[in-house]
Amino acid sequence: MSVGASKIPAIVTEVVEVNSLIKRFRFVREDGGQTPGFSGGAHTVVEMDDNGTRRLNAYSLMSDPADLSGYEISVRRDEGGRGGSLYMHRAVRPGMKMLISQPVNLFGLDLRARKHLLLAGGIGITPFIAQMAQLDSLGARFELHYAARDRELGAYMTELTARHGDRVHRYYDVENQAIDLPALLRGQPLGTHLYVCGPKGMINWVLSTATDLGWPKGALHSEEFLAPPVGQPFQVELARSNMTVTVGAAQSLLEAIEAAGVEAPYLCRGGACGQCETRVLHCEGEMLHHDHWLSDEQKAACAHIMPCVSRFKGKRLVLEL
Amino acid sequence: MSLDDIFKDETFFGDYTYRNSPQGIRRFPFPFPEDEYMYSVNMEPHVPGRKGSVFEFAFDVDEHYVAEMKDRARVLAQDPLRCQSLPHMTLAGWDLLELIMESLARDYPQWFTLHRDGNRWHWINRPLGIEDRFTFLDETTLPCGPMEYITRQAQGDFTLQDQRNDNLWIEAGMVTSQADWSLDFDIGMNFHEWHAPVPLAGKMGVFDRALKFLLQLQLGAPVRRFNWTMTVDPLLDTSPENYHKWGPGKTTLTRENIGRRQHLRVELQTLFRLPRSNAIAFGIRCYLISFEELVTQPKWARRLHRVLKTLPDELATYKGFIRNRPLMIEYLAQFDDGAPTSPGWWPDD
Repeated sequence: MSVGASKIPAIVTEVVEVNSLIKRFRFVREDGGQTPGFSGGAHTVVEMDDNGTRRLNAYSLMSDPADLSGYEISVRRDEGGRGGSLYMHRAVRPGMKMLISQPVNLFGLDLRARKHLLLAGGIGITPFIAQMAQLDSLGARFELHYAARDRELGAYMTELTARHGDRVHRYYDVENQAIDLPALLRGQPLGTHLYVCGPKGMINWVLSTATDLGWPKGALHSEEFLAPPVGQPFQVELARSNMTVTVGAAQSLLEAIEAAGVEAPYLCRGGACGQCETRVLHCEGEMLHHDHWLSDEQKAACAHIMPCVSRFKGKRLVLEL
Repeated sequence: MSLDDIFKDETFFGDYTYRNSPQGIRRFPFPFPEDEYMYSVNMEPHVPGRKGSVFEFAFDVDEHYVAEMKDRARVLAQDPLRCQSLPHMTLAGWDLLELIMESLARDYPQWFTLHRDGNRWHWINRPLGIEDRFTFLDETTLPCGPMEYITRQAQGDFTLQDQRNDNLWIEAGMVTSQADWSLDFDIGMNFHEWHAPVPLAGKMGVFDRALKFLLQLQLGAPVRRFNWTMTVDPLLDTSPENYHKWGPGKTTLTRENIGRRQHLRVELQTLFRLPRSNAIAFGIRCYLISFEELVTQPKWARRLHRVLKTLPDELATYKGFIRNRPLMIEYLAQFDDGAPTSPGWWPDD
């Protein structure tokens, strides 16, 4: 059972420097047609050809879901990363043709909510921009609390305030402003759903505070895209393909498998969706699970691995692929 | 040809004048690719298939279209709860309306036309004599909710599943041609809850695998599968609500009338990810063929005989025909000479 959604051939029509770290990109369809509608919180996977290295990074769609003329994403430059964001910042210019995936949503709104409480940190604001546009058109009740390091890096703060007024609450770290989370959470009406997107520390803080205050698990939603971590190079045997592949230090297992010409399933490439789950036939060593998909028991059992973010250290790893 | 020549005037109750034309029989979606049947998730991409087949387009419109829509209106008039949509599912209803209108207008331009000017839409359905102008995403501009509006014009049942907490929740639907299940009973249930009555499959892990697969269903990549059962008389509405009306009919089957009255009921099930709501639309399209019609295709007669002979008792019980199975096998045996059948389900040329 393969899920074979077609890619969308697109043209970059705008590249906008939002601040010293963030650029915004607009894509329209190469054939001039409409882009598919999407739900707030969805992302697209952008395919890059970085001097022969194929990079696939997921970015949240931030344009209005009702706007079928194109998609917009924002990319934060990550100097220490593996190169995808640097490529987007340095090489991508208006007029370039790129392949993007159909939208996929792993961070959907729960439309049953009486109220939507949105908590964003830094670049984690992007999915909320689309969600707020959608909530606004649905006439739903929402409130955004958005924290950034300083005014310069608080991308879209002014625009969002202009659009959504006092439903937007802004916090700047350097000005010693912080969300008073316990008070904020205590003051919410029953039936509120909470959504958080930002750095790992923020997500953990928000979710654990809410849990401690008795919020039901089903009312808590978070999205953290993991960039595949760098690590030591290692070798992996692919049983069905009958080959051995070397995974480089700055390469993910999935990327190494793809570079060897073996087709492997994927969707989010960030350890969240489960699509790339692969059976491990033999494991002599330590599996470095980095995903949010497998349960702790599954991770301990070492029978499955998520090649998009997870790595291996040891003597021998054999995958079913 | 006029629309009246294409779309038959026939009934699915009372005098049961429903029949398949010879061409209708040839394109019937016979669901058994092999001489034995067992459960499987058996999903495949819902891509356009053989010309003239029920797979040619995303939504098949056939000679029974107008009569089926009349039957739906009749059932709804008696029992409005066959159509329900929880408040948060309205957006998914609009998604479904868009999907069906776009598909029908693209695939059957002679019958359906859709003009879109931003959110101002103009819809023409010639076979049903409907023409409406409305504002997309504004419920007040339609005579009823968007899901009800479009599914009164589309063959087959539809349910809408919300996706949250790594599960699917059946929270809207139009269900008037169902194989003995109730939307009113199931609404609000999650994937495992509404499948709980199905025997064997749960233990086989079928539902865990199917759910995992569906949670990752992608926009633009719909899938389909078959299901099947048996129905006495060509009755679309075999609902639990009306079991007292149709259930006893199973006891009146005889050697003399089985060919005419016993029908193989096939569901072509399709699953679409919806864009704005991220919900999943589940289409359950019912096709009925009498044994008499079915045995005009020798391959199908041989194969159905063998499938019924080897089917586990649990399945025949669950599908509700254990009582009449011996009679069915006896009837079909006269058309099975033991010759091998060709692979796949298409009829032999």
